[in-house]
Amino acid sequence: MSDNYVPKSAVGRWFNERLPLLDLIYGHLMPYPTPKNLNYFWTFGGILTFCLVTQIITGLVLAMHYVADADLAFASVEHIMRDVNYGWLLRYIHANGASLFFMAVYIHMARSMFYGSYKEPRELIWIIGVFIFLLMIATAFMGYVLPWGQMSFWGATVITNLFSAIPIVGESVTNWLWGGYAVGSPLLTRFFTLHYLMPFLIFALVILHVWALHVPGNNNPEGIDVVKGSQDTVPFHPHYVVKDLFALVVFLIIFAGFVFFVPNLLGHTDNYIQANPLQTPEHIVPEWYFLPFYAILRAVPDKLGGVILMVSAIAILAFLPWLDTSKVRSAKYRPLYKQFVWLFFANTIFLGYLGAQVADGMYLIMGRIATVYYFAHFIIILPLLGYIEKTKPLPKSLSEPVLSKEEKEILASGATT
Amino acid sequence: MSDKPVTRRNFLYITTGTFTAAGAASLVWPFVDQMNPDASVKALASTEVDLRPIAPGQSITVLWRGKPVFIRRRTPEEISEAKAVSLDELPDPQDDSARAKNPEWLVMVGICTHLGCIPLGQKGEYNGWFCPCHGSHYDTSGRIRKGPAPTNLEIPDYVFLNDNTIKIG
Repeated sequence: MSDNYVPKSAVGRWFNERLPLLDLIYGHLMPYPTPKNLNYFWTFGGILTFCLVTQIITGLVLAMHYVADADLAFASVEHIMRDVNYGWLLRYIHANGASLFFMAVYIHMARSMFYGSYKEPRELIWIIGVFIFLLMIATAFMGYVLPWGQMSFWGATVITNLFSAIPIVGESVTNWLWGGYAVGSPLLTRFFTLHYLMPFLIFALVILHVWALHVPGNNNPEGIDVVKGSQDTVPFHPHYVVKDLFALVVFLIIFAGFVFFVPNLLGHTDNYIQANPLQTPEHIVPEWYFLPFYAILRAVPDKLGGVILMVSAIAILAFLPWLDTSKVRSAKYRPLYKQFVWLFFANTIFLGYLGAQVADGMYLIMGRIATVYYFAHFIIILPLLGYIEKTKPLPKSLSEPVLSKEEKEILASGATT
Repeated sequence: MSDKPVTRRNFLYITTGTFTAAGAASLVWPFVDQMNPDASVKALASTEVDLRPIAPGQSITVLWRGKPVFIRRRTPEEISEAKAVSLDELPDPQDDSARAKNPEWLVMVGICTHLGCIPLGQKGEYNGWFCPCHGSHYDTSGRIRKGPAPTNLEIPDYVFLNDNTIKIG
């Protein structure tokens, strides 16, 4: 990207000649050519990186005070809240940070779906992203178990029991996961270890994600290919550094709003009751970001079927680049897809709403309809649209859609003379 | 200094930079401060000790803030020995009366001032304490007499609540 970057200082030059690390960072952050029309939905990549780093730093600090033992975990979390200097702040940042991390990742994924960013040549970026999402789910779930409240305990019980749906070996697998015959200390300790490990795996995948992104370069709202270094691109710095930073500041204001004013809004009060293996809370729900998948799990009246469907709901995302048969990327030029993708987003949010309700009566029926629609979007609507949809003509450059008629004529005449 | 005019842009750069730096610094502090002794540790910062069971010539060791504290009821010989020493002989000159509020009771943090080991009682060339790690000799007032330790054994803050009870810390 930058063939001849030369650091200004002598030490920098000495270092860079031996290990071109500065060259690498410079190339990816400074002159990296970026489409000039990226909107604010493109700032979530930077916001997500910030979220990951925040979770790692606050998590590291919390781990200095937390004790992963069934008898001590709950008390150690209260110790963090009451005794440790700024412990309340660090824990509230970490807990709300997880929620905001998911909020940002859902917007990031929705952006990719809307503008067709997952399509050729960016399939691998998308697939790595799906794996990051999977790891995020696992990390968030295990993290929620650590405070060892009622929701932690029963959430862990329900989710680990999903594995008992596996035919024949199901019971042995759950016992292996638990390190016993029920959820208890051994499970808590191993969850803590894995919860500590996984963010670093995510970090490694994020590096691959960005590396793969910087090969073809960013997609853009028009969804057309841009030539790097042409009039359609601008250097990443300062244009998108400043735009990303501004978006991050707005995001931080919302983040701070949660942490300082409603730190427990997104949590569940039952998790401030210590885990009791003898009593299940009346109504157990996962964290909000898992609700759509939870609704899918409950929509099926069969244990194994529900588990398979829930896993498929996430796994099917990895096949999206091939399920969508249309060559046109951006929904701006796909009149039918534009409506269906909004319907898909609305349906997913509706599933989330249903996931928070008691699975009974009308809610159950609506849950089934919404689940069928979720899958129909991927395996019926998307493959068909590519064949039946009449797409709008694509612009030749990023400038074309925003130019007036006169400007276009000037350009055209300039091109001919 | 250059004679370029100060522009609006300069002002914006400096104010933005200052706010960012101040914000970052105030955000870093909680991450540093969380490692300082917390409220539950500070709550244990003082220890009360009942002195009645200790006979002359006996010592006990109590735990205060996670550190051993020697409480010794000194014999008259030990007291006179401590008082008889000329200050010129001491590497860290300190009068015995400055080390023991009540001459009978010597209260000291039982940690060698060299590198943190616990000295053994009534050992060494001066009949006081002897640190087995690197051979520091302390006298009957806990003052360093010989060896690598730089200073006398530390005297913690303590008060006699009554004749039979002291409060350390």
